[in-house]
Amino acid sequence: MKKISNLTEQEVKHVAKLARLSLTSEEVKKFQEQLSEVLAYIEVLKEVKTEKTEPTSQVTSLENVFREDKSQASLSQKEILSGTKETHQGFFKIKRILDND
Amino acid sequence: MELTQLSISQAQEGLKKKKFSSVELVNSSLEKIKKNNPKINAFLTVCEKEALEQAAQADKERSAMDKKPLSGIPIAVKDIFCTKGIKTTAASRVLENYLPVYDATAVRKLKEAGAIIIGKTNLDAWAHGSSGENSDFGSTKNPWNENYVPGGSSSGSAAAMAAQMALGTIGTDTGGSIRLPASFCGVFGLKPTYGRISRYGVIAMASSLDTVGCFGKEVMDLALLLQIMAGHDEYDATSLNQSVPNYQQNLTKKKQNLRIGLPKEYFSQGLDKKVEEKTKEAIKVLERQGTEIVEVSLPHTSYALAVYYLIQPSEVSSNLARYDGLRYGFDRTFFSDEAKRRIMLGTYALSAGYYEAYYLKAMKVRTLIKKDFNKVFQKVDVLLTPVSPTLPFKIGEKTTNPLEMYLSDIYTVTANLAGIPGLAIPAGLVDGLPVGFQLLGPQLSEELLFQVAYQYEEQKRFDKNSLV
Repeated sequence: MKKISNLTEQEVKHVAKLARLSLTSEEVKKFQEQLSEVLAYIEVLKEVKTEKTEPTSQVTSLENVFREDKSQASLSQKEILSGTKETHQGFFKIKRILDND
Repeated sequence: MELTQLSISQAQEGLKKKKFSSVELVNSSLEKIKKNNPKINAFLTVCEKEALEQAAQADKERSAMDKKPLSGIPIAVKDIFCTKGIKTTAASRVLENYLPVYDATAVRKLKEAGAIIIGKTNLDAWAHGSSGENSDFGSTKNPWNENYVPGGSSSGSAAAMAAQMALGTIGTDTGGSIRLPASFCGVFGLKPTYGRISRYGVIAMASSLDTVGCFGKEVMDLALLLQIMAGHDEYDATSLNQSVPNYQQNLTKKKQNLRIGLPKEYFSQGLDKKVEEKTKEAIKVLERQGTEIVEVSLPHTSYALAVYYLIQPSEVSSNLARYDGLRYGFDRTFFSDEAKRRIMLGTYALSAGYYEAYYLKAMKVRTLIKKDFNKVFQKVDVLLTPVSPTLPFKIGEKTTNPLEMYLSDIYTVTANLAGIPGLAIPAGLVDGLPVGFQLLGPQLSEELLFQVAYQYEEQKRFDKNSLV
């Protein structure tokens, strides 16, 4: 099989960063090899002519499903917070994501 | 005959006639679980106390509850469906302690039909896998031979069915996750049309492909389970707003001049000779009943797996982005290898500069695959193909080579890409291991698939009896 899509170590690290995954150096090597192999397999799609083909994103042809905008019973605040470790006055407590300056 | 050997419809009869109680029925399943689960690892959670309480309640209300189709029947649910107050892990350490505050719609409907949720079954974590080995809580084993995989990702639901630990089980199928384990474990498995059953409350994998389905000992049970779970749900915008036929009542109807197509691309190189032989035996059974068998072609089949391994990881990377460890569950360091691989593959395919070459290209080829099916269903009513190119493989055999593992799905991903239903049917044993074949039909043709499967089942029963 043609090997076109060799991922570099740098690319693996970049993709992991985008996806908020932290990898060890062994993992980077392992995934570089495994993902390159899968990407090489996927190259086969280049053979298919698709210039005049529309993409299928919804297989049963549904479009714009609407419902009436009316309020109804929902989960309580207590239930919503039941899975979190830290709360503050009925809110989720999370780490700061923006700096002061 | 042991109670665990009964089909759902037989158990319903027995309960109505008071031959046994629901408590006895649930206890017999619990005994099987206690005896065999330490070896098979089909269940992650067993709801012994709750199940017995509900069974006692069902027995007390027997006459009043007889109208409920699953009254007092023990059902097991893949641990990817949210169950209120019952731990739901997706077999991932990320959700090891997650306790949902609501039921998935499919679960709610089962409960309303009287079903007793006896436990939550093992799976490849996040439903990522073809063997059951990707579970963070240990691989499920094939009940026919514990050295072999049960197939995945609904590994526990298929194995629990085969090991008679519940009378019916529920799973999900994104690229073969019901049909493959059904085939490897020798039970019936249905992947319905995309949108036939609501996915509300099911932990999402790949949203344009995910479907909810079921396992059973016979076609009648699948017809019943689909009947209960199918239908529109305002909480899932992709669920179809179309009437649900009476699958059970129409099961025994025989379609006149039935034409079954054999797509030649599914019988080409790469197919194990023994699997091919068993599939051909099944074809002969249907042929003897006067079915016309026609060879057909689905020319884009060889591209389906590549399409699937772009669309699926892309959607996985998007769906798993929500696991931040803040609102519930643990943080992203708890993902294991297969989830990381798919997240990265998807993130790469969707990242700047690659979207058109990968995701968009895959969605275009998806259109061609769907058109192949539309065309072929103008000539034939249903298609018959193998489920897997190989027999069940040994535990550990494919774990170091992800691509080789992915190839297990080569005959099953097409149905998900086209949104059509697929029904896996046991074809018999080869070297002591089960082999299945699948029927594929146009969207919303579940009723016809059941009828054809029922004909096959009846013929097999007849053949077996005439041998004796």
